Amino acid sequence: MRKFDYNTVEEAAKQVYIKALTDLPPDVRGALKRAYERESQPPAREIFKAMFKAIEIADRKKTLVCQDTGLPIYMVKIGSDFPWNGAEIKKRLSKGASRATLEFPFRGSSTHILTRINPQDSVGRGLPVIYWDFVEGSDSLEMLMVPKGSGSENMSTMKMFIPADGKAALKKFVLDAFVASGSNPCPPGIIGVGIGGTADLVMRLAKEAIARPVGERSQQPLIAQMEQELEDAINATGIGPMGLGGDISTLAVHIEWAYTHITQNPVAVNTQCWPARRARAIIHPSGDIEYGF
Amino acid sequence: MATYHLETAFSEQAIRKLKIGDIVYFDGTLFGIRDLTQIYMFDQNHEPPVDMAGHPVIHTAPSLRKVGDKWEKICVGTTTSSRMDRFTPRLLEKCGVRAIIGKGGQYRQSLDAMGKFGAVYLAIVGGAASLETEQIQEVEEVFWEHLHPEALYKFKVKDFGPLTVAMDSHGGHRYFEVKAEAERRLPGIYEKLLA
Ligand code: SF4
Repeated sequence: MRKFDYNTVEEAAKQVYIKALTDLPPDVRGALKRAYERESQPPAREIFKAMFKAIEIADRKKTLVCQDTGLPIYMVKIGSDFPWNGAEIKKRLSKGASRATLEFPFRGSSTHILTRINPQDSVGRGLPVIYWDFVEGSDSLEMLMVPKGSGSENMSTMKMFIPADGKAALKKFVLDAFVASGSNPCPPGIIGVGIGGTADLVMRLAKEAIARPVGERSQQPLIAQMEQELEDAINATGIGPMGLGGDISTLAVHIEWAYTHITQNPVAVNTQCWPARRARAIIHPSGDIEYGF
Repeated sequence: MATYHLETAFSEQAIRKLKIGDIVYFDGTLFGIRDLTQIYMFDQNHEPPVDMAGHPVIHTAPSLRKVGDKWEKICVGTTTSSRMDRFTPRLLEKCGVRAIIGKGGQYRQSLDAMGKFGAVYLAIVGGAASLETEQIQEVEEVFWEHLHPEALYKFKVKDFGPLTVAMDSHGGHRYFEVKAEAERRLPGIYEKLLA
C-alpha cells in the first residue's frame, strides 16, 4: 500500500475552518428561511433580512459571516480500515487551524489564560479541541469542524441534579438557561443540550448536539419529544431574534444523551448562534478529500 | 414601528423622535470605539483628537490592514456593549455622542443619560459582520493608532443598518421590556412544559 500523505489532513483541517466561517450549511440557511416565514413581528423580520444579506455577501465575496472566528473544534471519526497515526493527525489538525488563521487571514482568538497573550493563530496549549471517535467498517477519516465564538460559548452552563429532581428539573434548567442568556448568543440559534453521563461527558454531549444539522430530530422517541417540548417552550418566551422580541427564539433544540450513574441526573446547555457554522471533510486513503457540511 | 433614514450629524430633535422598536439606517460618519479606547479617554484623561458631537459610535475592534498610510477594512463586527456601560454617560455628556451602536444593550445609568442628553442605543444584528463591513465605505482615519484594534476609528458609511432602536430618550428599553414579558409568560410555559 502507498504511504498515506498527512499533508492532506493538514490541508483539510485548514480548508474546513475557512469553509465553516464563510459558507453556512444549507440546513442552517433553510432553517433561517423557515423561521423568517413564521416570524410575525416586523422589527424581527428586518433582523432576519439582514442575516440573509450577510450570508449573501459572504457567499459573493468569500468573506467571514461573523468576525468572531472563535476557537477551533474538530470532531474526528476514524474508520477501522483507515491507515492512521493519531499523533500525526493531531499535529496536522493544529497546523491546519493555525494556517487557516494566518493564510486567509482572519483574527486569531486563542489566548493564554493567565498572561492573556494571543499567539494570533487560533491554537495553543489544549487547542484545537479534538474529539476522537472510531467507526467500524469505514476506510476514511472524517473531520467535522465547528468554530465556536464567545458570545454563545460564554452562555454554557451545566448542573448535576439528583434523580429525585426528575426530568422536570432538566427541562426547567434548559429553559431558564435560555432566558438568562438573552441577546448574548445572537439568537435564534441552536440550543444544544446534553443529558446523562458524567460532568465532562454531559457538556461534550451538548457540544455534539449543536453540531447536528439543524432540526434533525433524535432517533429516540423520548428524546425527540423532549426536543419538541423545549423548542415550543423557548419560542413561547418571545425573546426573539437578537433578544429584541419576536416569535422565533431558537431554530432548534438538539439533545444528545448517555447513560448516567444511578445517583446522578446531569444536564448541560451549549448554545450555537444563528450563523451556526460547521464544515466537514472526508479524507479517503487515496488522499482524495470530499468537502461538505 | 417606523423606519428612518438619517444622516450624520444627528440633531437632538431627530434622535428624540425615535422610539424603541423603530428601525434606523443612516449615511455619514461613524466612530468606532471599544473598552480600551474609552479607558484611555476617560480613565487616563486623553482628550479625543476629533469632534464627535452629534455622531454615532459603534462598539468594535475592527480587523484592518494598513497599506502605505491608508487603512483598509478586512472585517468589522460588533461586540457586546454591556462591558462599556460605565463610559456611556460621559460619551454623551462630554463628547455629545447621539447614538451608541452595539449588541445586547446597556443598563440604567446609560438609559438615564440618554434621556438627559438626547441619545439612543441602536442594536445591530450581531454576527452579521459581512454586511457591516460592506456598508462601511471607507476607513477615513485612525486616531491613537497605538491602541489598535481598540483605537478610535472614523468610518464613512452608507445605508448603515438595519439598526433597531433598543433604548430611547424617553426611558424605553427594549431588552428590559422583552425580559419582563418573558418573565410574565414563564409561569404558563412552565405549567405546560413540566406537566
Ligand atoms: S455570538 Fe456568535 S454570531 Fe454573535 S458575534 Fe459571537 S460568534 Fe458571532
